[in-house]
Amino acid sequence: MQSYQQMQKEALQKFEALREKPLVLVGTATCGRAAGALNVLAAFQNEISRNQLDARLREVGCMGHCYAEPMVIIYKPGFPPLCYGPVDEGMASRLVVDFLINDDPCFEFAIAALEPNDFFPTFSDYPRGIYENKIILADCGLIDPEDIDQYLAHDGYEALARVLNMDPVAVIEEIKNSKLRGRGGAGFPTGIKWETCNNAPGAPKYVICNADEGDPGAFMDRALLESNPHQVLEGLAIAAYAIGASQGYIYVRAEYPLAVARVQTALKQARERGLLGESILGGDFSFDIKIFQGSGAFVCGEETALIASIEGSAGVPNNRPPYPATSGLRGKPTVINNVKTLSYVPHIIRQGADWFKSIGTPNSPGTAVFALAGKVSNTGLAEVPMGTTIRQLVFDVGNGIKNDKKFKAVQIGGPSGGCLPESALDIPIDFDSLQQAGAMMGSGGLVVLDEDDCMVEIARFFLDFTQKESCGKCTFCRLGTKQMLDILTDITRGQGKQEDIELLLELAEDIKAGSLCGLGKTAPNPVLTTIRYFRDEYEAHIQEGRCPALMCKDLITYYIVPEKCSKLCNVCIGSCPVEAIFTRPDMLKAIYLDKCVKCNSCMVACPPQYQAVIKISPPVVEEGDKADEQASDNNH
Amino acid sequence: MELQPGELEIIQAEVETVLQGYGSERENLIPILQDVQNKLGYLPKEAMQQIADGLNIPEIDVYGVGTFYNQFRLNPPGKHQIKVCMGTACHMMGGHIILDSFERRLSIKEGETTPDREFSLERVACVGCCALAPVVVVDEKVESKVSPIRVDGIMLAFEIEKQKSEEEKGQGEEGREQ
Repeated sequence: MQSYQQMQKEALQKFEALREKPLVLVGTATCGRAAGALNVLAAFQNEISRNQLDARLREVGCMGHCYAEPMVIIYKPGFPPLCYGPVDEGMASRLVVDFLINDDPCFEFAIAALEPNDFFPTFSDYPRGIYENKIILADCGLIDPEDIDQYLAHDGYEALARVLNMDPVAVIEEIKNSKLRGRGGAGFPTGIKWETCNNAPGAPKYVICNADEGDPGAFMDRALLESNPHQVLEGLAIAAYAIGASQGYIYVRAEYPLAVARVQTALKQARERGLLGESILGGDFSFDIKIFQGSGAFVCGEETALIASIEGSAGVPNNRPPYPATSGLRGKPTVINNVKTLSYVPHIIRQGADWFKSIGTPNSPGTAVFALAGKVSNTGLAEVPMGTTIRQLVFDVGNGIKNDKKFKAVQIGGPSGGCLPESALDIPIDFDSLQQAGAMMGSGGLVVLDEDDCMVEIARFFLDFTQKESCGKCTFCRLGTKQMLDILTDITRGQGKQEDIELLLELAEDIKAGSLCGLGKTAPNPVLTTIRYFRDEYEAHIQEGRCPALMCKDLITYYIVPEKCSKLCNVCIGSCPVEAIFTRPDMLKAIYLDKCVKCNSCMVACPPQYQAVIKISPPVVEEGDKADEQASDNNH
Repeated sequence: MELQPGELEIIQAEVETVLQGYGSERENLIPILQDVQNKLGYLPKEAMQQIADGLNIPEIDVYGVGTFYNQFRLNPPGKHQIKVCMGTACHMMGGHIILDSFERRLSIKEGETTPDREFSLERVACVGCCALAPVVVVDEKVESKVSPIRVDGIMLAFEIEKQKSEEEKGQGEEGREQ
């Protein structure tokens, strides 16, 4: 058996040798692929072989800068490593010819350099780089996820090698000291969970990595599994050693085929190196991991439902206690940790609990990973210390709102979280402060909303989601969310009643109190926070039949402003999928309101120099249109 | 949905192969259902009955699990699969309008397959392309920033393709006759 030191030394040599020749890294995580990374990869391949270059091409994961996908990093001896994006096939061939052959680094396509140099700024010269403090995302997008040596060269599995010489209780003590809190959403102290499980009688014990990321708008677990799967495996192996488990599971969504494939490869390589399986690194500890593919049920993020799912049943949660830590999978003590939580573990073991506590806030140490989406300019993944404010996240890290629109709110934490308004922008984000504000860390999805987004509609959207995903076990969750959804739907249709807001608040309290699991307990959060911060929008819908953001379909009409309409252009007519737009006798265009499906096509299609199509709320039925309609019918 | 001639035999053979790869423990139910759906594209009633026998559990348990999880479908997929993304970003950018448009064009509801099994329509939670919303996945190809008029375009492209292949077929047959 090769010793860890020897293995790491060889990996490091191999890794350094890779940099001696030009090296091109293409980010081909799912997000990159959606933006066309595979075409870019093929273009590099063709160009390199066409020019018979001695250069290497590797696929890597996601760096988190999704707004700039597909991303490419080029290492060429004599130049600082440079990052380019968004790259297309044409740029790829220019980079090969101009940079790899002719020494022109094409600064015009570059985003940043990876190391300080005299020519080009690095990521840490941008506001995003100043706020970001990457721990678990640090190697994502820089190392090949399908090559264990690259992880080993970045001190991978060193923490595992180290804990194997430690007493399991000392490992738990270190994690407890670090005050690491579970990143799955609720923020339960990880060390205490491990300690409970370690003390619980019963064998065998199990560890499960929860990678059932079901929140719409969150994709960090996927990115971690696709970009650095070994980091998660190492964390899981350390957890297993600490509690004395010999079998582990990764419960990953079947909707993430690339993540499943890359984890499978990682498992195989770890077993080949003796880092998983029988007597790890030649010691007494044996541990292996199986992949279990979840099948798309949001509630399976809940520990007890996840266990039911592995056992072959519908994912219906059970009452706690007993907690899985004392009685989990097959009735045995089981630790379930999120992908992110486990990813922190190797770093804490390597750098110590004190280092971890020096980052973030006293009660929530470390960093938080957010998925920035919605109306923010620079979408993607950002890892910032706990305690960073929402304002810094949206305006500095995310570079503000798209298209110069006005900021309205952030929806944080997915369906379990809530909407926070401008007045909450300066809240330092950690588990406790968000809870106080009525939201939740949840999985870290952060959707930015602007003035065109209706808050009642957002609340309705999330209620629709939780109502569909409710497993149906608790009456309050099953029927209560349905009731809330019906009320919200009525409001967005202009059929809201005066007493609806109070009724919603009352229902919310009951659902919170009467539900067994987190899904039900947090389901009312989007409604509660939108009422708390945007009550005026609810009132406008109910009292005036008006949607202030001009979003609710039943409360708006489309209208073509005669003064702005160019009589000669027919673009709107061509754009309408239901033939609701017609030419009036005076050649101006108008809309049959009864035919219109309010699809927004004409508004998008109307040339920007006219902008003749507008939305009106409350909706108006113009007498004139009817007359025109009849006139036009008569003409036929 | 009615089985087509010869389909039952295929179902039985495939399910048998899958069942042989697993033990008869209840814990294998979900992986078995996933494998069967991978092979057949959906979970026919006949397959679920056979799996229940194979694992020695009541049929209702198999059906219960099959209907609980979003991944499993009880209708055969169409030749062309259309998936409309309904994530937060897509919803805010009008994903539901796109779904409406497809429902109108295909005269089916989401989750259904057209009677000629040409098209199936699904809503999916999030395909992770939030910056390109609203997004539709048509036969594995991601269509970004889709508008209702683009929906017509997508359907028209299929129609033209179908016409072309029928013409070619027609020509081929004529050639043979000569």
